[in-house]
Amino acid sequence: MTPEFVLAGIAFLVFILDLFMPEERKDLLGWLSAAGLIALAVLSVMMLQGEKETLYNGLLAVDAYSLFFKVLFIGIGVFIILSSIDYVRKHLSHPGEFYGLLLFSVLGMNLMAMSRELLTAYISLELLSFSLYVMVAYALGSPRSNEGSLKYIIIGALSSAILLYGLSMVYSTLGVTKFDAIAQALNDLTEVSPALWAGLALLMVGLGFKLAAVPFHMWAPDAYEGAPLPVTAYLAIASKAAAFALVVRLLAEAFVPVTERWDQWQIILVVLAALSMVVGNLVALAQRNLKRLMAYSSVGHVGYILAGAAVLAPDSLLGANGVVFYLVGYSITSMVVFAALIAFFNATGQEEIPDLAGLADRQPFLAMAIAVGLFSLSGLPIFVGFTMKFYLFTAVANEGFLWLAGLAILTSLISLYYYLQVIRQMYIQPALAASAATGESPEDSHTDGEGSHADGQEHTHTPAHHESPSDYTPLPRPSGALIAVVLLGLIATVGLGVYPAPLLELVEGASSAIIPGG
Amino acid sequence: MNNFEQVALLLTILVPLAGAVLSMLLPRNRPNDAWYFAIFVSAITLVLSVVLFVQYDFAAGGYQFVRVYEWLDAPLNIDLYLAMDGIAAPLVLLNGIVLFGAVLISQTIKHRTRDFFVLLLALGSGVFGVFVVQDLFFLFFFYELAVLPMYLLIGVWGSSTYFDSDKQRLWGIPVRFDLGAYDRPKEYGAMKLMLVLVAGSVLIWVGILAMYVVSSQAGNPTFSMMELGRLAAAGEFSPGFQNWVFPLFMIGFGVLAGLWPFHTWSPDGHVAAPTGVSMLHAGVLMKLGAFGIIRVGMVLLPEGAQAWMPLLIVLGTVNVVYGAMSAMSQRDLKYIIGYSSVSHMGYVIMGIATLHPVGLTGAVLQMFSHGIMTALMFAMVGAIYERTHVRDITILNGLMKRMGFASFFFAIAGLASLGLPGLSGFVAEFMVFTGAFKTYLPLAVLAVVGAALTAIYILRLLARTFFGEVDPRWEGLTDASPVEKTVGGAFVLILLFVGVWPAPFTRVINVGVDSVMQLFNDSATSATNVGLGSLLQLF
Repeated sequence: MTPEFVLAGIAFLVFILDLFMPEERKDLLGWLSAAGLIALAVLSVMMLQGEKETLYNGLLAVDAYSLFFKVLFIGIGVFIILSSIDYVRKHLSHPGEFYGLLLFSVLGMNLMAMSRELLTAYISLELLSFSLYVMVAYALGSPRSNEGSLKYIIIGALSSAILLYGLSMVYSTLGVTKFDAIAQALNDLTEVSPALWAGLALLMVGLGFKLAAVPFHMWAPDAYEGAPLPVTAYLAIASKAAAFALVVRLLAEAFVPVTERWDQWQIILVVLAALSMVVGNLVALAQRNLKRLMAYSSVGHVGYILAGAAVLAPDSLLGANGVVFYLVGYSITSMVVFAALIAFFNATGQEEIPDLAGLADRQPFLAMAIAVGLFSLSGLPIFVGFTMKFYLFTAVANEGFLWLAGLAILTSLISLYYYLQVIRQMYIQPALAASAATGESPEDSHTDGEGSHADGQEHTHTPAHHESPSDYTPLPRPSGALIAVVLLGLIATVGLGVYPAPLLELVEGASSAIIPGG
Repeated sequence: MNNFEQVALLLTILVPLAGAVLSMLLPRNRPNDAWYFAIFVSAITLVLSVVLFVQYDFAAGGYQFVRVYEWLDAPLNIDLYLAMDGIAAPLVLLNGIVLFGAVLISQTIKHRTRDFFVLLLALGSGVFGVFVVQDLFFLFFFYELAVLPMYLLIGVWGSSTYFDSDKQRLWGIPVRFDLGAYDRPKEYGAMKLMLVLVAGSVLIWVGILAMYVVSSQAGNPTFSMMELGRLAAAGEFSPGFQNWVFPLFMIGFGVLAGLWPFHTWSPDGHVAAPTGVSMLHAGVLMKLGAFGIIRVGMVLLPEGAQAWMPLLIVLGTVNVVYGAMSAMSQRDLKYIIGYSSVSHMGYVIMGIATLHPVGLTGAVLQMFSHGIMTALMFAMVGAIYERTHVRDITILNGLMKRMGFASFFFAIAGLASLGLPGLSGFVAEFMVFTGAFKTYLPLAVLAVVGAALTAIYILRLLARTFFGEVDPRWEGLTDASPVEKTVGGAFVLILLFVGVWPAPFTRVINVGVDSVMQLFNDSATSATNVGLGSLLQLF
């Protein structure tokens, strides 16, 4: 537990320092938090590598799986902090609490990956959720932020209540809350009572809300849109990864070992997965706000990951590997996109898709980062998106759900269309005139003036793409921290896409900790 | 095996890829540097591909330059398995030549030049990869890598087309349904191409997963095509399985090969693309599709292939005839070549579908020959368009008098495409027809009619655009630049060479085709003993 105590200590330290720190130097708190997290990651790896034990009578697990996710969550935390320092300084008040809350949410996520018991899992989840509720509402003056956060709190509280209710019903019927004990009890059970059915169903619904899987996803777009951009990134990446870390452990330890029942029940997850990929990706087609687009696209990705979770098997690591690998790849890729979007927002204050027009001329590095990230998310090589999708879909197909893998591939194609729309804005559309930058539909600003006229009557016009981009004002350079985040993310995106073997070795270690038979 | 042979295939992939990465480090505002660097890189790949082709030992046959790099072990078992056989060898050469030509021709790209060459080289790397890997994962990896850059290449550097409503008549005949005046912005072509090709790859991906699942059930989970080939030989793929998986590959790869009715992305995409990209795309990329059908579909799923080939040859024939008829009704030079590509890919598809050694050899030779000729045509159209900003054949005329070299090169390519003896197109099409006559006589007759249609639209085009009186408007035109002359001249020489002396190609292709044909029971005949040798002596 030492790393967790240390993390809580750092969080408190940040809160306390915040009281004394002069307002203009609060950036330091961000750097301090990031440094603390990095130190913590090193500490955890040094202390916990190779450990395999349970704490507090089996409530928490210290194993390769929890260590893997700890490092992942800390990494996400560091990336989010580094990419939000400028944003926080410019757009948010109370920076100290922002970083403190972020640290607490990382603590909550770490505990989620360690939990082996329903109540512990619930409490860790709430620790994460409460931090997030506040962070979503962090833009005090913005009505949208308040609206989004209100929706998020209400739905979050509702889903927590459902989860808790389901949990209590599971306890009332089985008499246990530890994951392995649940597996044991389910195994001994001759018949599933209605109360247990209800309990399991409520459990699934509650977790479904937390994951934003269809049909429990409706809070996500509003919360994403309202939240300050770094928090949106955090919601999209960290809360997803943490919820899946919890769900995968729960499934792998409590349900997968009960082979007969798991074979029957996995179809429920399969249906949820199929719905999420189809609905998420189809609705994303209609979005014009970048955050909403990413929200629906993340619903689609939840569908893919759920498909992987649905094919966990007691005798094969393929599914678990696929899910964990996908979570890493998705986190890194999304981080690249969001960090670049944050940099764009810092420079312009804009976040609609048409606002990106001409970005390739105004700030080519950001445009490339977003393009790479989106290509990766749509599953094209040489980026990690391709490799992770290939791995995950192979796992899905191998467990007998070839149709689901096919659906996932098809919906990836749909996602390519809306990602390309964003890329089109950046690379093909010219920048709108500064005065008309907002409020004007991009469809009105066609580029047909250039290009060939097949009739040839008027061959006086300038040939295509020779117009000078000089009327585009270059955007100011993003800060060093943001550039570093984006650059690191890009390197990881390409590196893992080309040679994922070292990472997969670690992933395999992690997943064999929860699936011993694999 | 010497050092070169060990790394040669890996280099074909890595050199352009590394070139793309290094190009990113060049300064943005010095377009010429990017161009020179790209020439340097593509020259290396050209040399590599020539050496590989020459070094391929056709007497020994089989897969050569084999090299396996472990990439991911169990449970997926993915290796970077590099090998080249007689079918891949000429295509590797083709890609080396066309990539070099396309880079040279792209001298005119002055806008974001560096980014252009980054994408172009990445594309070239992907194409090499598909030709030389023996692992389904990597085959798909490189296949998608070759498709990925197309969107930006067309979208950023392409050109839009405008159709005027009263100009939709060609000599009084309506060429399209009257849609009024409308635009085909370059984004349209780019998006259509990208989505259709990726849609095709959805099918391929599902097919690959299906094969993995079967191999996994057989206790040997693998993506290696060698291993899968062994499983196929051991009868692990049941006929029922083959019958539903083969069409996934047939249509999935067929989309990229321009298979009717999935071809419509091709003319729109080629027209919108900048010259160098059109060259690579029509010249090499479409061949990936046909290559995929042979390499994945026929080799791994021979029974499925046998069951579906009758449909494929019908579609191929439609390709030939429909493509030619569409080309006849076009007025835009690039659209004409685009549809002509569809038509010529029809011969490739027909040749494959004959399941006859001569037909298949013809198909592979046609891939090479069409790759060169269509790249040449696009290059010359690019040269013309660069000067006139017009591609409408009712407006262009008498170019021979002003742009002698460009017109001459274009004319040679046109003659090759209509199958003039002495040029490469004739040899290839003749072989395809021979194969088809032996297997599907009525369709072969139709295909010959298609060839006649080709003659009509090509000759009409030549007569109108290049010969005749010069419109005063074109008085001031300058002829092809030295770079364009070099590319044009070299490509013409290749067309002549293959047309006059195809043996260096056919003997390499033969060994590849023979090993494929061995999988098909009823064809005990091999390419050499059906009299191909004597056939070759004709030329």
